Amino acid sequence: MSDYHTMWADLGLDLKRHDAMLEALPAIYGDLYLSQENRPTGMGYFDFVVSEIHGARVKELVDHKAQGGKVIGTFCVYVPEEVIVAADAIGVGLCGGLDLTVPDGERVLPRNLCPLIKSAFGFKVARMCPYFQACDFVVGETTCDGKKKAWELLDGYVPTYVMELPQKKTPQDEAMWLGEVKAFVSQVEEATGNKITSERLAQGIARIDAKRAALQRLYDLRKADPVPISGLDALLAMQISFYDDPVRFTEKVNALADELEEKVRQGEGVKPAGTPRILMAGSPMPIPFWKLHSIVEGSEAVVVAEESCTGTRYLTGPTEVKVEGEGLEAQLWAIARRQLKTHCACFTPNTERMEDILRLAREYKADGVILFSLQFCQPYLVEAVKAEKLLEKEGIPTLRLETDYSQEDVGQLKTRFEAFLEVIRQ
Amino acid sequence: MRIAGLDIGSRTIALVELEAGRIADFAVLDTGVNPLDQCQRLLSGKEYVRLVATGYGRHLAATHFADEVISEISASARGVHHLYSDARTVIDVGGQDSKAIALTPEGRVQKFEMNDRCAAGTGRFLEMMALALGLSIGELGPHALAAQDGAVPINSMCTVFAESEVVSLIARGEDTRRIALGLHRAIGRRIANLARRVGVHASVVFVGGVALNPCMQRVLAEELDLPLMVPLEPQIVVALGAALHAQTYQGGVENDRDR
Repeated sequence: MSDYHTMWADLGLDLKRHDAMLEALPAIYGDLYLSQENRPTGMGYFDFVVSEIHGARVKELVDHKAQGGKVIGTFCVYVPEEVIVAADAIGVGLCGGLDLTVPDGERVLPRNLCPLIKSAFGFKVARMCPYFQACDFVVGETTCDGKKKAWELLDGYVPTYVMELPQKKTPQDEAMWLGEVKAFVSQVEEATGNKITSERLAQGIARIDAKRAALQRLYDLRKADPVPISGLDALLAMQISFYDDPVRFTEKVNALADELEEKVRQGEGVKPAGTPRILMAGSPMPIPFWKLHSIVEGSEAVVVAEESCTGTRYLTGPTEVKVEGEGLEAQLWAIARRQLKTHCACFTPNTERMEDILRLAREYKADGVILFSLQFCQPYLVEAVKAEKLLEKEGIPTLRLETDYSQEDVGQLKTRFEAFLEVIRQ
Repeated sequence: MRIAGLDIGSRTIALVELEAGRIADFAVLDTGVNPLDQCQRLLSGKEYVRLVATGYGRHLAATHFADEVISEISASARGVHHLYSDARTVIDVGGQDSKAIALTPEGRVQKFEMNDRCAAGTGRFLEMMALALGLSIGELGPHALAAQDGAVPINSMCTVFAESEVVSLIARGEDTRRIALGLHRAIGRRIANLARRVGVHASVVFVGGVALNPCMQRVLAEELDLPLMVPLEPQIVVALGAALHAQTYQGGVENDRDR
C-alpha cells in the first residue's frame, strides 16, 4: 500500500485519528472476511478495494478533481447516478456504517437519531472520511425526518443540495419526482459546467444499468443451494458499488459471477446444501456494518439476500426508455419511473415492499426472514410490524431485530438468532 | 451415569442432573466475576454421559467442557413443557434478560420476544431497586406485599432514572412498601407487554430467578388477568431444559424428541 498521508493531509483529514481507525481495520477484516472458507477467488478484487479503502480510489477522485472534475456525495439510491455519470462527475455514497464516528455526530445531533445519520455526520465533523472531504457538494434527500433536518445542519460543513422525495406513488407524485430529477440535472450541469445531452445521458443510463445488471446476476446466483457466495461477501460487493468506479466495478462483478456460475454448475458452495437460508430485510447496511451477517454466518446459517438499499432495493431496473418518446425528456421520465419502483419505507402505503419481501423469500428459498431495523429508523421499524404479520401468515419464520453499530448487544443478538435457528430447524 | 444441563446466566449458574429421566440433583451458584471458575466448582469431580450448556456463557462452556450448546429460549421452552405439558406461554425473567415464549400445544417454540439490551424489566433492575430501598433481593417482594393503601406510581423504567426517583420518593417520606409495590407494578406492566407481543394463552408459566419473588408473581398475574404457574424451583428450569436436550441426544429413557 502506498503512503497516502500527504493526500490525506491535503484533504484536511484528522490524521491521528484516521490512522488509528485504519490500523484497526485489517484485524477486523481478517477475522470476518479472510477467515471464511470456500471463498470465490473473484473476491480478491474486493479484498484489494478494502485494503485500499481510503487510498487508491480516493487518489482517483483527487486526480479527477485536479483535472477540473467534480465529486458529488450521495446518501440514497434515489439520487440518479446516471445524471452524475453523464456530466463526467464522480458520485460516491457517503452513508456511515461505523460506530467510531457516532459520538462525533452526537456532538452536533440529538442522540435519539439513527446511527446511519450520526455516523455519516460524525465522519464529516471529525474529518475522518476522505470521500466526504473530496466532495464538491453532497446530495441529501427527504427519506426520513432525521435525514431531512440533518441536511440543514450538514450544509454548515459542506454545500448540501436536497432532493425531495414524494411519499406516495400516484401519477402526481411521479410528475413531482420528475421535476426533482430535472432540477438535479440543472444543479449538476451548473456545478460541473458540463451540459447533459441526450447522448451523454444515454451513456450514463447504459453504464449504471450495466452495473445493476451485474449485481443482479450476482444476486440471482445466490438462489442456488448450496449457495456459492457468503452473505458477507455479497454484501461487501454491494457496499463497494456505492463508491467504486462503475465501469471497473461492473467488470469485476461480472468476473465474480462467471466464477460463481461455474461453482453452481459443480454444486460447490460456501456451506453445505441444506444450510438454513436467511433473507435480511430492512434498513440499509453501509460499510463496514457487517454485524448481523457475521452473527448469522457464524451460526451455521447463510444470508442469501438483502432486501435493503444495500441490496435488492438498489437493483430495480433496467431503465426502460420508451421508443416513442425520444430525447432527454423521455430519458428523464424513464429514470424517474424506474426509481419509483424502489420501494423504500418512506412511502405510504407501501404494499409493494411487502410483496417484494414475500417474493424474495420464495425466490431465494429462505428458511427464515430477519426484519432488521437500525435503532430509531422509524419507517422500517413500523413496517416490520406489517411484514411480520404477513410472513407469519405465510408460515415463514420471522425474527425482528433492532440494533445499532455498536458491539455491546452482540451476545444478546446471537442468543436470539440461535434460538431462531432452533425454531427453523425444529 | 448421569446427564447434565448447565445454565450459565448473568447472575446465577444452575446445574441439573438427570438419572433415568428424573431429576437426581441440582445446584445453583452465583455467577460472580469468573463464570468458568464457578462452573468448575460446580462440576469438579463429576462425570456425565453428556452435558449440554445454555445461557449467555454457553459458548464459553462449549470451548472448555460442554458437549453441545442450545439457546436459553429453546431450553426454557423444553424445561417448561416437561413440567407443565399444557403450557402455552412461558415468561422467563432472569438477571439480565426477560423473555416471552409462545409454545405450540406440542411444546415447540412458536415465537419468542426478548427485551432489548436495557436492564428495565429484568432481575438486575429489581436488585438495584432493592439496594436503593436498603433491602436484600429476597426481602423486596414480601416488603412490597405488605404495602397498605396501594402503590406509589413509578414513572421511570430506566434503571438509573428509577433509582433517583426512588431516592426522591424516600426523601419525600413515602412508605417504602408502597414504593416497592409501585416498582413491581411498573416492571410487571413491561413484562406483560413483552408477553402480549407473542400472544398470551393459558397455561402461563413463570420461570427464572425473578419468579421467586412473590410480589412479582402477583402483579404479573393481575396484569395478565390469568393465573400463573410457578414451579418449585423456577431458577433451574432452563438448566433442566438443557439436560432434557442432552438426554434426547443420548437416547435416554424418556426420549421425547418427537413428542
